[in-house]
Amino acid sequence: MILDISIVAAKAFLVLFMVLNLAGILGWIERKGSALIQDRIGANRASIFGLAGMGLVNTLIADPLKFLTKEDFVPPQGDRFLHTLAPCMALFTALVTFAVIPFGDVLVVGDRVINLQVANINIGILYIFAIASLGVYGIVIGAWASNNKFSLLGGVRGSAQMISYEVAMGLSVIGILMIFGTLELQEIARGQGTLIRDLLPESASFLKSAIGWLPAWGIFLQPVAFLLFFTAAIAETKRIPFDLPEGESELVAGYHVEYSGGKFLMFFAGEFAEIVTAAGLVTTLFFGGWQVPYLMRDGFHFPWGETVLLPHLGVVLLQVGAFIVKVVFFCWLQILLRWSVPRFRYDQVMRLGWKMLLPLALLNVVVTAIVIIAVQ
Amino acid sequence: MDASVILFYAVSALLVLTSLMVVFLRNVVHCALALVAALFLIAILFLMLQAPMLGALQVLVYAGAIMVLFLFVIMFLNPTNPEPRRTLWWGFGLLAALLLAGSLAALLSNGETLADSVPANEAFGSPEMLGKSLFTDFVLPFEIASVLLLVAIVGAVVLAKREP
Repeated sequence: MILDISIVAAKAFLVLFMVLNLAGILGWIERKGSALIQDRIGANRASIFGLAGMGLVNTLIADPLKFLTKEDFVPPQGDRFLHTLAPCMALFTALVTFAVIPFGDVLVVGDRVINLQVANINIGILYIFAIASLGVYGIVIGAWASNNKFSLLGGVRGSAQMISYEVAMGLSVIGILMIFGTLELQEIARGQGTLIRDLLPESASFLKSAIGWLPAWGIFLQPVAFLLFFTAAIAETKRIPFDLPEGESELVAGYHVEYSGGKFLMFFAGEFAEIVTAAGLVTTLFFGGWQVPYLMRDGFHFPWGETVLLPHLGVVLLQVGAFIVKVVFFCWLQILLRWSVPRFRYDQVMRLGWKMLLPLALLNVVVTAIVIIAVQ
Repeated sequence: MDASVILFYAVSALLVLTSLMVVFLRNVVHCALALVAALFLIAILFLMLQAPMLGALQVLVYAGAIMVLFLFVIMFLNPTNPEPRRTLWWGFGLLAALLLAGSLAALLSNGETLADSVPANEAFGSPEMLGKSLFTDFVLPFEIASVLLLVAIVGAVVLAKREP
């Protein structure tokens, strides 16, 4: 009993540790990356004992120290309680989503089988959308409690944008759910361990020899859904090109214009935690999660018949490592996108969400259903 | 006492408290947020009744989507002055409360005892079971509800697009 609880606590600690640290490192990568893209030297002022070269470590220490020692200002006409609650909501919803994302298959210690996922619930995807829908409150409450017209406008924009893209996001994963027949993310990740030739019928021999050797990852089965989901996920993180709720050239800083010190740090960390969560979701749904191509529970089984056996611990480490590499890749891709494209106009954001992503997602569901029936 | 019983009473007490806050708080935004908390607590009750899917949908649809639209409207209209109390509404409220209390009293006083609880089977409340019963036994109410929603959407578009 105590051992069970401590295992769950250890998994939760491990995941939170990874997400928060990755979020912190991303804050530094974002500044260094933007400097690289804009051909300037960035984030080079933090220097501890004259070691300016250790930019990452210095910034990781200097940033929180600076935030935490600043004055925490609450607007006199604002709502003190809600002003404090809002950043807590934003950070909370960004962090707890990772509870249902699996970071590995199973770890067998003696006769104990540990599922490498914090919470194994059979409605995993719905849980994620439920928590994401609560994420709106962080910005809406913060915007209202600040008693500032700029922040209120940012909050109104943010809530409308997030609700709009939640619809497209939810519909875009339906195809994946239809193929794997489950709402549980660990099962979806396991389902992507097979090869495409196992999913195709006997009669499709040409297709089997042409693409049958590919692993059955979501990106190969649902390429359109991946584009829709990734776009909607970036819109949910409220970053350029979808940073209308912040819009610093129009709304100063949007919904967090009246935030400073530790509370601003929570919004800031929440945004980067959302990037990590979005990367984890894209990895799990479309890039096999912790799957390494052709790696089964006892080692590699290549489609051309070769087999390389590996010890159990090696397999688990490879899987967890593959998951981390994929997540880091998608975090980097999101940062690259943020510094490569300009901001949309608000009507363009709404048009993209409702008139392009939503119909395409619906079409994807219909086409997927027809293909599944044809293949059976 | 069982741990789940203690949890049930704790959640229910919080639910009653937040529901009272919805009615009695003076600031409309505070009322709306208390309603969000109440809807979230109802989702926890669903979870305790082995209906995790219903619980997640409760949060997703009511606490997450509908209440955001409520807040959206409140923030746009920004009612700064609390509404004056209306005595007529108290009368209606009292009537509704009396009806509810009467039906609850009738339910609780009919002398029947609760049947022994039966452990639910694995599939109960699962997405598969919910989907199957929605598309077989309850397909007509399900379709009627979707037509109702479609009518509401079309109506909203017509109202919004009306020429001035």
